[in-house]
Amino acid sequence: MERYWNEEMERMDRKSLETLQSYRLMRTVRRVYENVPLYRERMDAAGVKPEDIRSVADLHKLPFTYKQDLRDTYPYGMFAVPMNEVVRLHASSGTTGKKIVVGYTANDLDMWAECCARALTAAGADSNDFMHVSYGYGLFTGGLGLHGGAEKVGMTVIPVSTGNTKQQVTILKDFGSTYICCTPSYALNLAETMKEMGITKDEIQLRAGLFGAEPWTEEMRQDIEDKLGLKALDIYGLTEILGPGVAYECSAQTGMHINEDHFIAEIIDPDTGEVLPDGAQGELVFTCISKEAFPMLRYRTRDIVQLERGVCSCGRTFVKMKKPMGRSDDMLIIRGVNVFPSQIESVLLSLGNTAPYYQIIVDRVNNTDTFEIQVEISPEMFTDTVKNLEEQAKQIREAVHTTLGIQAKITLVEPKTIPRTEGKAVHVVDHRKLH
Amino acid sequence: MLIRQISIFIENRPGRLAAVTQLLGDAGIDIRSLCLADTRDFGILRLIVNQPDRAIGVLKDADCTITVTNVVGVKIPDRPNGLAEILQILNRADVNVEYMYAFVGQTGDCANVIFRVDNEEKCVQVLQENDVAVLTNQEVSGDC
Repeated sequence: MERYWNEEMERMDRKSLETLQSYRLMRTVRRVYENVPLYRERMDAAGVKPEDIRSVADLHKLPFTYKQDLRDTYPYGMFAVPMNEVVRLHASSGTTGKKIVVGYTANDLDMWAECCARALTAAGADSNDFMHVSYGYGLFTGGLGLHGGAEKVGMTVIPVSTGNTKQQVTILKDFGSTYICCTPSYALNLAETMKEMGITKDEIQLRAGLFGAEPWTEEMRQDIEDKLGLKALDIYGLTEILGPGVAYECSAQTGMHINEDHFIAEIIDPDTGEVLPDGAQGELVFTCISKEAFPMLRYRTRDIVQLERGVCSCGRTFVKMKKPMGRSDDMLIIRGVNVFPSQIESVLLSLGNTAPYYQIIVDRVNNTDTFEIQVEISPEMFTDTVKNLEEQAKQIREAVHTTLGIQAKITLVEPKTIPRTEGKAVHVVDHRKLH
Repeated sequence: MLIRQISIFIENRPGRLAAVTQLLGDAGIDIRSLCLADTRDFGILRLIVNQPDRAIGVLKDADCTITVTNVVGVKIPDRPNGLAEILQILNRADVNVEYMYAFVGQTGDCANVIFRVDNEEKCVQVLQENDVAVLTNQEVSGDC
């Protein structure tokens, strides 16, 4: 029996949902035009007035908002309410350039918790469950976001945050956590640590996990499910829009339902900006229609995805997004070929015996791109003969070539030489100086 | 009669070989024999040591990737044709040698050779039938 946190919204018929979206969109556009100078300038420049936006069908008339806009207006330039109404700030990790600061009103926090509560309920959780949160707490949205959702559901929340993996394993086992949330790479890190500590998956109680904040593959899902003995579900979000909970996976595990009563999703051609029909792969664009403090209009996520409409087998009517293939800015162009790190991960996992620790190293020598994949050798792969190891490297090289159409140099490296992360994985080192 | 050989994956980076051998040295483990197979990117260091169990523990604690293989040690008289005769015996018995390496016993009148073969049990059996001295773990751990 499928359970819903908010059945009325999650199963609303398309027509009613569009009416609700149109109403909320109109209100949001009017408000941000009044309160956010950048939106007003952009709309004026595009010749669009708030009254031109009367329904979801008018959405395409609005200009896009880019990540750079958020940097340019750092820290509070995009806020649509006075600061005394803002009760919380978060910020993006800011690996490149300036951080992006986002704010929430009390209503925003409540809406966020609602979105995460839907995700947790779709994963089967209720107030009898224990939630181990090993997303980072702090400026990063992961920890506090799911924390709020789990509390709303009434779960017993264990705010472990990141770090001290051995201790986390002990807590998982001793506190009897039934749910966990963290990045997928950290889930594998936990599984590896459990193995080192001699703890089997039968000694822990985990039933399901919500994993997100970095791209991952179906093969990785299988690996996590096997090693931790749980159902691994995807959760999607980004700081600029909300944090985790923008979209969530149901038991069907065939894509993530976007919380469409709060966010309108579009797919566009990243080069031309043109809106693409349903089912096409392109860049995901979000418009927030219920947020008060930090509502984004047509925000370019840079995530490359596909949308799927229609009623899901779980009964939800919200549109589903396929797992992002990668961010358009994660994409590498090597010798003219588009390469997403997630494709390399798929290849490695499909060969079956490789732990998914790898790093892509790209450089340019004599005007030619060099493409190296370092793969950590696992005890299962290692034998005492050279020919066996060379054979395994050859298999990886051939599988990469089949998938991507370009040759890579495969280097087997010692275990634990590729940095482990408690947050997001660094899979690419690009030494090319192209700018 | 089989001898335990420890193989260690070594990345082709400066100092890795030194680091691994230092690790064993610091733990008071004596290397009796070794052989390094190398390629452009990595090497496999194969070791016979006096305290295999301790060595395995030390290496695992240091996150080395290792595997333990059974090999056959043979004491070969130090004279022309000494090795050829042994290889003939193995060849006749259809025992294939994957690789081998030698080390000199301390008394100096014999050479010790380690054979990695595809069928260790059979290898030991045919050697013993032909009165070839097969080394025990103790003999290798101690002195020839």
